[in-house]
Amino acid sequence: MTPALFELDAVTLSRAGRTVLQDVTASLPAGACAVAGPSGSGKSTLLRLLNRLADPDSGAIGYRGRSVTEYPVLELRREVSLVPQLPALLEGTVADNIHYAARLAGNDTDVATKLELVGLGSDFADRDARRLSVGEQQRVMLARALALEPSVLLLDEPTSALDERAQTAVEATLVHLKQALDISLVLVTHDLGQAERLADWTLRLDCGRVVEMDMR
Amino acid sequence: MTTAIDVSLVEVLATLALVAVAVAVSLWERAGLESDIAVAVARSFVQLTAIGYVIDIIFEQDRIALVALLIGVMVVFGALTARHRARQVPNAFWPLLGALALAGTTTLVAVVVLGVFEPKPRFLVPVGGMVVGNAMTAAAVALNRLGDEVHARRHEIEATLSLGATPAQAMLPIVRRSLRSGMIPLIDSTKTTGLIFFPGTMVGMLLAGADPIDAVRLQLVLLYSLLGSVSLAALAATGLAYRNFFTPAQQLREPTVASA
Repeated sequence: MTPALFELDAVTLSRAGRTVLQDVTASLPAGACAVAGPSGSGKSTLLRLLNRLADPDSGAIGYRGRSVTEYPVLELRREVSLVPQLPALLEGTVADNIHYAARLAGNDTDVATKLELVGLGSDFADRDARRLSVGEQQRVMLARALALEPSVLLLDEPTSALDERAQTAVEATLVHLKQALDISLVLVTHDLGQAERLADWTLRLDCGRVVEMDMR
Repeated sequence: MTTAIDVSLVEVLATLALVAVAVAVSLWERAGLESDIAVAVARSFVQLTAIGYVIDIIFEQDRIALVALLIGVMVVFGALTARHRARQVPNAFWPLLGALALAGTTTLVAVVVLGVFEPKPRFLVPVGGMVVGNAMTAAAVALNRLGDEVHARRHEIEATLSLGATPAQAMLPIVRRSLRSGMIPLIDSTKTTGLIFFPGTMVGMLLAGADPIDAVRLQLVLLYSLLGSVSLAALAATGLAYRNFFTPAQQLREPTVASA
């Protein structure tokens, strides 16, 4: 097994009186791993803990051997970037969105290259980001996250809002990213088939607890 | 104290006939506003009569310290009142207090320094009251919008935070829209003043027998001062309040309906 990218130690979190994660202990290796489980199993919440969009009530989370709390939080989020389940692009063009992320990370970026990485033509650069289809917006979200030049992409159900054709296209994009970039993926999905297609390693959750850790 | 216009209590009571019209409309349409109208009439009578006597004392004492005390009390009550319009903003009282205090102080100092009004209670009390009242409305509207926007756009805010944006960067579009919401009503009423309605100061001066041009000029002075103070109030309220939505670790707090 490759060295752990993330280590979760007895992570517990409750919201509104409901236990969302209960004593979760697991290692997520570098490469491509999936966090799978039914709706309400706590998988999206777990993902949010990895780049500190939230903190657990108890337990510890490590990233590359150090607690996530030891990293400056903004730097952690740029290195471990989360792409949410639903597209949430800023007003403006596709290029505006990609440049926005690059500026946050202090990078220069080539918009056409980023668009190519996610399977979109350079002609998308000047289009109004919020007028694209959901599938196209999701891929622009990926391109925007890539403009940060992150080490890890956290993907929260990246295809759940898409039709079958768009889902296939986004999955192909993710496979391409894995091959083209030195980047780790942590993918949250309710679809075990998708987990098998995209990930080398799967952590299964149910009712906030780990029920299986599986490496292919 | 002498006044240019003498209004007797009988004349005030006579206008209750128009209040009766409001009650009749409510009853006729079964709007259920009769008790609200009664409370509004009773409170306005008691509050304005009380403040009339307070202002009378302040004018007779002619001390700036008393003006500062009165404005301070109005600022605190303004913040306490406005927080009910901003229930979705955590701890809204403190940003509102800061916003009203800043708007009141800055505007009064400015009108004195610019030589518009003499630093006397006779001028500073009415101007301060108008400034705090308008600033309260603007800050409350701005924070009401801020709370609604954060509630509706959590997903977008967190998506931007996920890129490593600071809360200030993630909130920038929302803060801008909230600021506009707070400022637009006064800007619009300033645009239409004299065409659609006569503002209160001008009406008061005309009724008191002042020269119409003097009444208009004083009204313009107040409108322009209010534009500045309302902008400051909305800017300070939104600029301070948006921070309350975030934890020290720059995470968006779970939604709460604050009792504030």
